[in-house]
Amino acid sequence: MDLFPLANSLRVAAISTVVVFLLGIALANVVSRAPRVVRGLADVVLTLPLVLPPTVVGFLLLMLLGPRRPLGAWALSALGARLTMVWYAAVFATVVVSFPLMYRTARGAFESFDQTLADAARTLGRSNAWVLWHVKMPCCRQGIVAGAVLAFARALGEYGATSMVCGYMPGSTATVSTTVYQLWRTGDNAGALAWVLVNLAISCVVLVALNVVQGRAAGGRGAASFSPAGSAAEAVAAEAVVAEGGAL
Amino acid sequence: MSLCVRIRKRLAAFTLDASFDVERADRVMALLGPSGCGKSVTLKCIAGVMRPDEGRIVLNGRTLFDSDAGVDLPPQRRHVGYLFQDSALFPTMDVLHNVMAGVREGGRAERRERARRELCAMRLDGVERLRPAQLSGGQRQRVAMARILASDPELILLDEPFSALDGYLRWQLELELVDELRAFSGGAVLVTHDRDEVHRLAQDVCVIDRGQTEPLVSVHELFARPRTVAAALISGCKNVSRARVVGDRLLACDDWGVTLACADAPDARMTHVGIRAHYLTAAPTDAADGRPALAGKGDAAPRPAPGANRIPCVVERVIDGTFSTIVMARTPGGALLRYECEKDAWAALGGATRVTFGIAPECVMPLCEGCAKGGGGHA
Repeated sequence: MDLFPLANSLRVAAISTVVVFLLGIALANVVSRAPRVVRGLADVVLTLPLVLPPTVVGFLLLMLLGPRRPLGAWALSALGARLTMVWYAAVFATVVVSFPLMYRTARGAFESFDQTLADAARTLGRSNAWVLWHVKMPCCRQGIVAGAVLAFARALGEYGATSMVCGYMPGSTATVSTTVYQLWRTGDNAGALAWVLVNLAISCVVLVALNVVQGRAAGGRGAASFSPAGSAAEAVAAEAVVAEGGAL
Repeated sequence: MSLCVRIRKRLAAFTLDASFDVERADRVMALLGPSGCGKSVTLKCIAGVMRPDEGRIVLNGRTLFDSDAGVDLPPQRRHVGYLFQDSALFPTMDVLHNVMAGVREGGRAERRERARRELCAMRLDGVERLRPAQLSGGQRQRVAMARILASDPELILLDEPFSALDGYLRWQLELELVDELRAFSGGAVLVTHDRDEVHRLAQDVCVIDRGQTEPLVSVHELFARPRTVAAALISGCKNVSRARVVGDRLLACDDWGVTLACADAPDARMTHVGIRAHYLTAAPTDAADGRPALAGKGDAAPRPAPGANRIPCVVERVIDGTFSTIVMARTPGGALLRYECEKDAWAALGGATRVTFGIAPECVMPLCEGCAKGGGGHA
């Protein structure tokens, strides 16, 4: 069995999780402190990919990144790089699709963060960056980790948008999920089943990891006071399951 | 130390309009008012974590906020320490790192050294490695205080620092904080709704009611001669009646249906009169002529002489307190009057149902309502 699809899936999911982690925290931090109107608007826009069919995301990405489309044409002429039908094109798809999970979980955690802690730090002379890094992030650790795990899981399982922006090229753009579809379509049920089992194993590991994180949130040391994450993560996890069911 | 505050801020229920000056570093000023009257918002505006709509805040000649000049220093540069009700210690750091977070200057080793010194001064050196959740409420507040002192503030704001504690612990912390504040060279502003705390901890007091501050007075003055209804109520005065001037130093108290003499000519804006429950004297009413019979032996206690003021009442309820007896009595005007005395004193009256209360003219306090800014308030 050629393990390229597994390696590619892990590579894509890992890169996309790093991107989504930074982007999600930055935006969640800004939005959680924004006026209510801005928050409502930002929420709609930033959560949209969670409820859109992945094919719609794929279509919109192709309209943007295709070689004759604005961003794709620019990248081709300026960087000499294609943005579709290459392995890293999958990163664009998974970032868009998994971003809402990170964003919403982190935002939920940030919103239940006790603002007086930040106020206290600022009156003591600490910068806003220090507060985010040393107080807010540690206090919201569970929510942030849960969001990252969910985003990783979602990226790993992404099929619809990925198959549209990078197709299925064995040894080049194949991921676990596109391989399952391709093998089943060509009648290789045994091959497909092998990859299905791989997928199941990874998903179980991820969900166990999520439970461990949330278990710590519920019952860890001095937990109640510094883990405003558990419930938010759970709510988003439920949404995630729905979204993935739709995607696969 | 000098602090000058003139701020306005629109809040959901009312507009905060706070105006006061603190001149002396060796005195603690209290902002006294009921819950939700804008006390904490005022402190937060001084600290810079909330922004007033307009006004000025000047600390030791440094302008912290000035809406006209466009000055709004971030809290980091105000050097104002803020002791929160619930300590606001960082829950993921141990005690030592919490205090180190307060030290503004120096390398890691220096900051650790400074934090250790502050903790030692607070006799907290045994808990350096514990997390805030493992401390008692009183310890948490002391760590928070050590953290504030480590940041070398010019002013310390105390936002109901004892409200999360009760009973004995509260008293312990109060004793310790008084020592800390005495040793501190800057000024302090205490926010509270507890008049006893004001009495014990502060020297000057500014009453705030629905966002309006009254002129700063000494604590003694607040209790001896409150000027407004709000000040009287918050300083513990239990009996207030609408009143009007009907003669030379004679006040008709409409709610009580009696006319009382007072010692000084009342302010023209007087609208109410107040009587403290424990300054009343009581005697059973002699049914024949409506005059009080011989005073009970409880009245031998040093109390103001009843003078000419008499309020004949019918006892409505007798409430047994922990150390005193509270009597609610119906006045001729229909309103209830509250009288408090030692248990023995009430027992000496032998369960009288008709009682005449006496009150010395100097204990009849003329009050005004809605004249908080009386005389020299700011524009």
